[in-house]
Amino acid sequence: MKKISLVLIILMAGVYFYTAVGLPLIGDANSAPNTHVSPRYIEKSYEETASPNMVTATLADYRGYDTLGETTVIFIAGIATVMILRTAASKKYKEERGGEN
Amino acid sequence: MHRSFGSIILDTSFRVLVPFTLVYGIYVLVHGEYSPGGGFQAGALLAVGVVLARLVQGREPIFNIKGTTALILAGIGTFIYGAIGFSTMIFGGKFLEYGRFPIDLHDPAELHALGMLGIEIGVTICVMATIITIFDALTGGEDLL
Repeated sequence: MKKISLVLIILMAGVYFYTAVGLPLIGDANSAPNTHVSPRYIEKSYEETASPNMVTATLADYRGYDTLGETTVIFIAGIATVMILRTAASKKYKEERGGEN
Repeated sequence: MHRSFGSIILDTSFRVLVPFTLVYGIYVLVHGEYSPGGGFQAGALLAVGVVLARLVQGREPIFNIKGTTALILAGIGTFIYGAIGFSTMIFGGKFLEYGRFPIDLHDPAELHALGMLGIEIGVTICVMATIITIFDALTGGEDLL
Protein backbone atom coordinates (compact mmCIF):
# COMPACT_ATOMS: atom_id res chain seq x y z
CA MET A 1 0.00 0.00 0.00
CA LYS A 2 2.79 2.40 0.91
CA LYS A 3 4.58 1.68 -2.36
CA ILE A 4 1.42 2.36 -4.35
CA SER A 5 0.90 5.72 -2.64
CA LEU A 6 4.56 6.63 -3.17
CA VAL A 7 4.27 5.84 -6.87
CA LEU A 8 1.03 7.86 -7.06
CA ILE A 9 2.63 10.86 -5.33
CA ILE A 10 5.62 10.81 -7.67
CA LEU A 11 3.28 10.45 -10.64
CA MET A 12 1.14 13.42 -9.53
CA ALA A 13 4.23 15.53 -8.89
CA GLY A 14 5.45 14.67 -12.38
CA VAL A 15 2.12 15.74 -13.88
CA TYR A 16 2.22 19.04 -11.97
CA PHE A 17 5.79 19.77 -13.03
CA TYR A 18 4.92 18.90 -16.62
CA THR A 19 1.90 21.24 -16.67
CA ALA A 20 3.80 24.01 -14.88
CA VAL A 21 6.01 24.36 -17.95
CA GLY A 22 2.98 25.38 -19.98
CA LEU A 23 1.83 28.11 -17.59
CA PRO A 24 2.25 31.72 -18.75
CA LEU A 25 5.07 33.74 -17.25
CA ILE A 26 4.17 36.17 -14.46
CA GLY A 27 3.65 39.60 -15.99
CA ASP A 28 3.44 38.34 -19.56
CA ALA A 29 1.29 40.93 -21.34
CA ASN A 30 0.23 38.51 -24.07
CA SER A 31 -0.98 35.68 -21.84
CA ALA A 32 -4.67 34.77 -21.81
CA PRO A 33 -5.64 36.32 -18.42
CA ASN A 34 -3.93 39.61 -19.27
CA THR A 35 -5.66 40.10 -22.62
CA HIS A 36 -9.29 39.41 -21.70
CA VAL A 37 -10.73 41.55 -18.86
CA SER A 38 -7.65 42.93 -17.09
CA PRO A 39 -7.09 45.83 -19.52
CA ARG A 40 -10.73 46.81 -19.12
CA TYR A 41 -10.41 46.87 -15.31
CA ILE A 42 -7.20 48.88 -15.47
CA GLU A 43 -8.42 51.44 -18.00
CA LYS A 44 -12.06 51.86 -17.02
CA SER A 45 -12.30 51.15 -13.29
CA TYR A 46 -11.99 54.80 -12.24
CA GLU A 47 -14.59 56.21 -14.61
CA GLU A 48 -17.01 53.36 -14.02
CA THR A 49 -16.80 53.05 -10.24
CA ALA A 50 -15.29 56.39 -9.07
CA SER A 51 -12.88 54.44 -6.87
CA PRO A 52 -9.18 55.22 -7.27
CA ASN A 53 -8.33 51.93 -5.60
CA MET A 54 -8.41 49.38 -8.41
CA VAL A 55 -8.27 46.42 -6.05
CA THR A 56 -11.39 47.49 -4.16
CA ALA A 57 -13.19 48.28 -7.42
CA THR A 58 -12.48 44.79 -8.72
CA LEU A 59 -13.18 43.07 -5.42
CA ALA A 60 -16.43 44.79 -4.52
CA ASP A 61 -17.89 45.83 -7.84
CA TYR A 62 -16.80 43.71 -10.79
CA ARG A 63 -16.41 40.61 -8.63
CA GLY A 64 -19.24 41.26 -6.19
CA TYR A 65 -20.55 37.69 -6.33
CA ASP A 66 -17.15 36.36 -5.34
CA THR A 67 -16.91 38.61 -2.29
CA LEU A 68 -20.44 37.68 -1.24
CA GLY A 69 -19.31 34.06 -1.32
CA GLU A 70 -16.20 34.87 0.73
CA THR A 71 -18.29 36.65 3.37
CA THR A 72 -20.68 33.70 3.54
CA VAL A 73 -17.74 31.32 3.94
CA ILE A 74 -16.42 33.35 6.89
CA PHE A 75 -19.87 33.41 8.49
CA ILE A 76 -20.25 29.64 8.05
CA ALA A 77 -16.76 29.12 9.53
CA GLY A 78 -17.85 31.05 12.62
CA ILE A 79 -21.06 29.03 12.96
CA ALA A 80 -19.17 25.75 12.49
CA THR A 81 -16.61 26.69 15.15
CA VAL A 82 -19.38 27.46 17.62
CA MET A 83 -21.26 24.25 16.83
CA ILE A 84 -18.16 22.08 17.26
CA LEU A 85 -16.60 23.78 20.29
CA ARG A 86 -19.74 24.69 22.23
CA THR A 87 -20.67 21.11 23.07
CA ALA A 88 -17.10 20.18 24.01
CA ALA A 89 -16.66 23.29 26.16
CA SER A 90 -19.97 22.93 27.97
CA LYS A 91 -19.27 19.24 28.72
CA LYS A 92 -15.85 20.13 30.17
CA TYR A 93 -17.39 22.97 32.18
CA LYS A 94 -20.01 20.61 33.64
CA GLU A 95 -17.32 18.15 34.67
CA GLU A 96 -15.29 20.89 36.36
CA ARG A 97 -18.36 22.03 38.26
CA GLY A 98 -18.94 18.47 39.44
CA GLY A 99 -22.03 17.75 37.45
CA GLU A 100 -24.13 20.68 38.64
CA ASN A 101 -25.33 23.45 36.32
CA MET B 1 -10.68 34.40 28.95
CA HIS B 2 -11.85 33.59 32.45
CA ARG B 3 -8.91 35.04 34.32
CA SER B 4 -7.12 38.13 33.14
CA PHE B 5 -3.36 38.05 32.92
CA GLY B 6 -3.10 41.82 32.84
CA SER B 7 -0.78 43.75 35.06
CA ILE B 8 -0.98 47.50 35.62
CA ILE B 9 1.45 48.05 32.73
CA LEU B 10 -0.60 45.93 30.33
CA ASP B 11 -3.81 47.58 31.47
CA THR B 12 -2.50 51.11 30.98
CA SER B 13 -0.99 50.42 27.58
CA PHE B 14 -4.23 48.69 26.58
CA ARG B 15 -6.22 51.81 27.48
CA VAL B 16 -3.87 53.96 25.40
CA LEU B 17 -3.55 51.62 22.42
CA VAL B 18 -7.01 50.26 21.77
CA PRO B 19 -8.93 53.51 21.02
CA PHE B 20 -6.44 54.27 18.26
CA THR B 21 -6.77 50.72 16.90
CA LEU B 22 -10.55 51.09 16.71
CA VAL B 23 -10.36 54.52 15.06
CA TYR B 24 -7.83 53.15 12.58
CA GLY B 25 -10.20 50.26 11.83
CA ILE B 26 -13.01 52.70 11.00
CA TYR B 27 -10.56 54.72 8.88
CA VAL B 28 -9.52 51.62 6.92
CA LEU B 29 -13.20 50.85 6.34
CA VAL B 30 -14.39 54.24 5.08
CA HIS B 31 -11.16 54.96 3.21
CA GLY B 32 -11.07 51.55 1.54
CA GLU B 33 -12.00 52.92 -1.88
CA TYR B 34 -9.17 55.43 -1.92
CA SER B 35 -6.27 53.62 -0.33
CA PRO B 36 -5.27 50.04 0.47
CA GLY B 37 -7.79 48.54 2.84
CA GLY B 38 -11.36 47.42 2.86
CA GLY B 39 -13.88 45.38 4.77
CA PHE B 40 -11.80 42.36 5.71
CA GLN B 41 -8.88 44.32 7.10
CA ALA B 42 -11.15 46.76 8.95
CA GLY B 43 -13.05 43.87 10.52
CA ALA B 44 -9.82 42.30 11.78
CA LEU B 45 -8.67 45.62 13.28
CA LEU B 46 -11.99 46.20 15.05
CA ALA B 47 -11.97 42.65 16.42
CA VAL B 48 -8.48 43.20 17.85
CA GLY B 49 -9.97 45.77 20.25
CA VAL B 50 -12.38 43.30 21.83
CA VAL B 51 -9.90 40.39 21.78
CA LEU B 52 -7.26 42.51 23.57
CA ALA B 53 -9.85 43.65 26.10
CA ARG B 54 -10.74 40.04 26.87
CA LEU B 55 -7.08 39.02 27.12
CA VAL B 56 -6.00 41.85 29.39
CA GLN B 57 -9.03 42.42 31.56
CA GLY B 58 -10.55 38.97 31.88
CA ARG B 59 -14.21 38.10 31.77
CA GLU B 60 -15.61 41.57 32.42
CA PRO B 61 -13.65 44.00 30.25
CA ILE B 62 -14.55 47.67 29.94
CA PHE B 63 -16.09 47.06 26.56
CA ASN B 64 -17.21 43.73 25.26
CA ILE B 65 -19.28 41.97 22.64
CA LYS B 66 -20.63 38.69 23.99
CA GLY B 67 -20.36 35.49 21.95
CA THR B 68 -24.10 35.27 21.31
CA THR B 69 -24.31 38.89 20.20
CA ALA B 70 -21.27 38.41 18.00
CA LEU B 71 -22.84 35.44 16.23
CA ILE B 72 -26.00 37.46 15.58
CA LEU B 73 -23.87 40.39 14.33
CA ALA B 74 -22.06 38.07 11.90
CA GLY B 75 -25.41 37.06 10.45
CA ILE B 76 -26.48 40.71 10.23
CA GLY B 77 -23.30 41.61 8.35
CA THR B 78 -23.84 38.87 5.77
CA PHE B 79 -27.48 39.94 5.52
CA ILE B 80 -26.50 43.58 4.80
CA TYR B 81 -24.39 42.39 1.87
CA GLY B 82 -27.17 40.23 0.47
CA ALA B 83 -29.82 42.91 1.09
CA ILE B 84 -27.85 45.49 -0.90
CA GLY B 85 -27.54 42.96 -3.70
CA PHE B 86 -31.28 42.32 -3.77
CA SER B 87 -32.22 46.01 -3.34
CA THR B 88 -30.62 46.78 -6.70
CA MET B 89 -32.86 44.09 -8.18
CA ILE B 90 -35.92 45.87 -6.73
CA PHE B 91 -34.90 49.04 -8.59
CA GLY B 92 -34.76 47.17 -11.88
CA GLY B 93 -31.11 46.21 -12.12
CA LYS B 94 -29.21 42.97 -11.81
CA PHE B 95 -27.91 41.49 -8.57
CA LEU B 96 -25.29 43.89 -7.09
CA GLU B 97 -25.66 46.36 -9.99
CA TYR B 98 -24.98 49.47 -7.91
CA GLY B 99 -25.73 51.91 -10.73
CA ARG B 100 -29.48 51.42 -10.26
CA PHE B 101 -29.81 53.06 -6.84
CA PRO B 102 -32.46 55.83 -7.16
CA ILE B 103 -30.23 58.58 -5.74
CA ASP B 104 -29.40 61.71 -7.72
CA LEU B 105 -25.66 62.22 -7.86
CA HIS B 106 -23.79 64.31 -10.38
CA ASP B 107 -21.83 61.27 -11.53
CA PRO B 108 -23.47 57.85 -11.88
CA ALA B 109 -20.13 56.25 -11.05
CA GLU B 110 -20.45 57.66 -7.52
CA LEU B 111 -23.35 55.26 -7.01
CA HIS B 112 -20.89 52.39 -7.45
CA ALA B 113 -18.64 53.88 -4.77
CA LEU B 114 -21.67 54.20 -2.47
CA GLY B 115 -22.71 50.58 -3.03
CA MET B 116 -19.15 49.42 -2.46
CA LEU B 117 -19.07 51.29 0.86
CA GLY B 118 -22.34 49.60 1.83
CA ILE B 119 -21.13 46.08 1.19
CA GLU B 120 -17.79 46.84 2.86
CA ILE B 121 -19.73 47.77 6.02
CA GLY B 122 -21.48 44.40 5.85
CA VAL B 123 -18.18 42.57 5.34
CA THR B 124 -16.60 44.47 8.26
CA ILE B 125 -19.39 43.56 10.68
CA CYS B 126 -19.27 39.92 9.57
CA VAL B 127 -15.48 39.55 9.89
CA MET B 128 -15.31 41.38 13.23
CA ALA B 129 -18.13 39.34 14.74
CA THR B 130 -16.76 36.05 13.41
CA ILE B 131 -13.32 36.65 14.90
CA ILE B 132 -14.90 37.50 18.26
CA THR B 133 -17.15 34.43 18.03
CA ILE B 134 -14.23 32.10 17.33
CA PHE B 135 -12.19 33.65 20.14
CA ASP B 136 -15.13 33.27 22.49
CA ALA B 137 -15.72 29.66 21.49
CA LEU B 138 -12.03 28.80 21.93
CA THR B 139 -11.57 30.44 25.34
CA GLY B 140 -14.34 29.14 27.51
CA GLY B 141 -17.75 28.82 26.05
CA GLU B 142 -20.08 28.81 29.06
CA ASP B 143 -21.12 32.36 28.17
CA LEU B 144 -21.96 31.22 24.68
CA LEU B 145 -25.61 30.68 23.75
